[in-house]
Amino acid sequence: MSAIQFPQVPLASGGKLRDPDFSSRVFWLSLALVMLWPLGVVTEFRPWVLWEPDNRKVTLDFLTSFWPLVHDAEFLRMVVRETWRTVAMATAGVTLALVLAVPMSLMAARVLSLSALSGRMNRWPACVRWCVRYTLIVLRSIPELVWALVFVRVVGLGPTAGVLAIALTYGGMLGKVYAEIFESGESHATHTLMRNGSGRLQAFVYAMLPSHAAELASYTVYRWECAIRSSVVLGFVGAGGLGQQLDNSMKMFNGGEVATLLLVFMALVAIADTVSAWLRRALS
Amino acid sequence: MSSAFPREAANLPYKLPPPLFDARCRACWFTVALLLLVIASFVTLELEWAAFASLDAGRSMYRFIAEFFPPDVSPKFVSKVVLAAWETLAMSALGTVIAAVMGLALAVPASRMSKQDSAWLRSPTRWLLNALRAIPELVWAALLLISAGLGPMAGTLALALHTSGVLGRLFAEAMENIPTGPGDALRTQGVGQLRVFAYATLPQVLPQLMSYTLYRWENNIRAAAVLGVVGAGGLGQMLSFNMGLFLMNKTATILGAMLLLVACVDVLSFTLRRWLNR
Amino acid sequence: MNIELSDLQARHPSAPAHAPAALQGISLQLGAGEQIAIIGPSGAGKTSLLQILACAQRPTSGEIRLRGQDPWRLSTSALRRLRGQLFLAPQVPPLPPRQRVVTSVLAGRLPAMSLTASLRSLFYPSDIPAAYEALGHFDLSDKLFERVDRLSGGERQRVGLARALLSPASLWLIDEPLSALDPMRARMAMTALVGLARERQITMVATLHQVDMALLHFDRIIGLLSGQIVFDLPSAQVTPERLAHLYKKHAYELDRDALQSESDQGLLVPAPVVMHCR
Repeated sequence: MSAIQFPQVPLASGGKLRDPDFSSRVFWLSLALVMLWPLGVVTEFRPWVLWEPDNRKVTLDFLTSFWPLVHDAEFLRMVVRETWRTVAMATAGVTLALVLAVPMSLMAARVLSLSALSGRMNRWPACVRWCVRYTLIVLRSIPELVWALVFVRVVGLGPTAGVLAIALTYGGMLGKVYAEIFESGESHATHTLMRNGSGRLQAFVYAMLPSHAAELASYTVYRWECAIRSSVVLGFVGAGGLGQQLDNSMKMFNGGEVATLLLVFMALVAIADTVSAWLRRALS
Repeated sequence: MSSAFPREAANLPYKLPPPLFDARCRACWFTVALLLLVIASFVTLELEWAAFASLDAGRSMYRFIAEFFPPDVSPKFVSKVVLAAWETLAMSALGTVIAAVMGLALAVPASRMSKQDSAWLRSPTRWLLNALRAIPELVWAALLLISAGLGPMAGTLALALHTSGVLGRLFAEAMENIPTGPGDALRTQGVGQLRVFAYATLPQVLPQLMSYTLYRWENNIRAAAVLGVVGAGGLGQMLSFNMGLFLMNKTATILGAMLLLVACVDVLSFTLRRWLNR
Repeated sequence: MNIELSDLQARHPSAPAHAPAALQGISLQLGAGEQIAIIGPSGAGKTSLLQILACAQRPTSGEIRLRGQDPWRLSTSALRRLRGQLFLAPQVPPLPPRQRVVTSVLAGRLPAMSLTASLRSLFYPSDIPAAYEALGHFDLSDKLFERVDRLSGGERQRVGLARALLSPASLWLIDEPLSALDPMRARMAMTALVGLARERQITMVATLHQVDMALLHFDRIIGLLSGQIVFDLPSAQVTPERLAHLYKKHAYELDRDALQSESDQGLLVPAPVVMHCR
């Protein structure tokens, strides 16, 4: 039984089949590679410099000074104290961030608009919402390190600068995500309550909060874990905690202390990760 | 009639609401622990609210903010800021690209490709990825400054190392979650692991990988902007320099440039991601 | 490749212990170059039988011999070579969604290509005329450079079948090749497959729901019911009474139209991976 003959589609390029996407792929790939070159130049990217004998010696000396780890009692006591300060800074910062984020997210949520119940939102409420949203985006975009640098000049060295920096940046992050969580999901219950005359805050507490509480809590816990990492970073500009100790030890090339601090930090992050995962599982 | 006879209510007794704090309820203990943690944080941290709350502090704060304006927009300084911004952008882009390549290389041993895959490298590689991503970019930069010296190379490498941990884990999870049909069909034919990866796994997962990489670039531009504070070049180095000398007008310009740069990269990344997934 | 199954028993990999075995006491002998069709109602074990023949699943008891050898006693490399000699076309076409048809079809030839050739073929397809010709047998030549996810279900199924034409296998195991095809294309596909198998002396085992197609194109029909072979006869001897007995509990399956919409499963969309902001 021979195969049924179907009229073959005439070949476009007169008999020879070529891959039509090949030339465009090669073009884009070459373009991408060519664009990497100026990036490498401006960042002075010369990784072979790490292999030069002087640099190699310095690196090796530093790495070998990691062992033995510094573990005398006084140092460890200090480490424990600074670890608690880091965690406390993160917790206080996220708490203040919540104080900032919750009202702003409520103000930015379109779900709670009274004028939008009967058609389009009025211009003034829409403008206010847009401004609040924009403020949240700006707060979110400024890295917390920049805030910390500014606050250190105002209130001096110490955890206050770190707490305020975390509060502002994380306030923006939490506010924006809370607003997005409020926008997603069903708004039927909320709108019904508002249509029947209840106030906006009542509608929030009775309709929106119960349905979104788990997701909000889950995200907040996740951000708390991020805040712990941030507070270590902020320590480098004078906000205290593990970060500041790490900065001091590195400036003195004390590898043993650096190694201990790094290990403690990684353990802290692992514990926070586990706690946060457990909490998020329990909440959902 | 004396009330010696106990009366029975005509209706069923109301069920009382549960007590606010029940010793057997785990969630109650958890809430108490959370409140204690928050209160302990505020109490032990010696926060200086006075520095903020007094009228005097308010006035000095106002004066401090007033020093920022007007920002310095002289052409000479603006061109320096533009150069620093370009350096920061290049740092973040190159660091992200290197991290994507390293992340892919690490994601292959860190994922279980099929049910028959022994994946004996999975645990050690995952541990390595966790270690890489646990250390923040700034700490990596401070460590690398010792080997690489001052300048943007330390920043690029720091971003690359941290982000490869993040991307490696995301890539491995993406590769483990794809449908197994195409890979299984090739494995039934006896095709080797590398070719199964190239013909079945990678085509399915590539759009997701590029999406993650672009999303990560948004984070890295913020990180790159501040890495300079420890000496890794770019806008951060200029910022810390000018702030140290209390040149607030110049600082204001640099902050504005930072915001603009972050906004541009956010928009670019969003547009590219939408274009990729058309 | 000649096949011998003696008293084979197999279970579903994920079946609970008390469930009946997917295949019980299967004994079968196929000479090299023979083409047979396996028919039977849903759940009879047709796909399990193909999986056993493709060495994708181990039998729990009994013996299987391909070319006189027990595949499960071979060394890894010998088993791999044996796998290169067989080709399994699953019911859901195993094609990565964003891959182009030409690459998917050429992937059938991977066991015969060296590593460098197969990687090079990803950048520029190595044998476009062969892919063109294979697709021409199924009237899909004009879709040579299309993306797989832009094709309809029936077209994807035909691409999966076209892969077989390029493979170096001497055993074709085809699972439900016609489930998404209309009658004309089904006839064309079946004619092409059986004709080419005869021409190249390839042993072919196809499972079919369309009994009339089976009777028309194949010389030997095997009826499977509840994991056991009910009859193994030349197609001329398969009477309507035997068919009725085979499908007696599933009479509606004899009706072709009822099956047409059953197995047009869309392409599996990869499960969304949760994005972490780090």
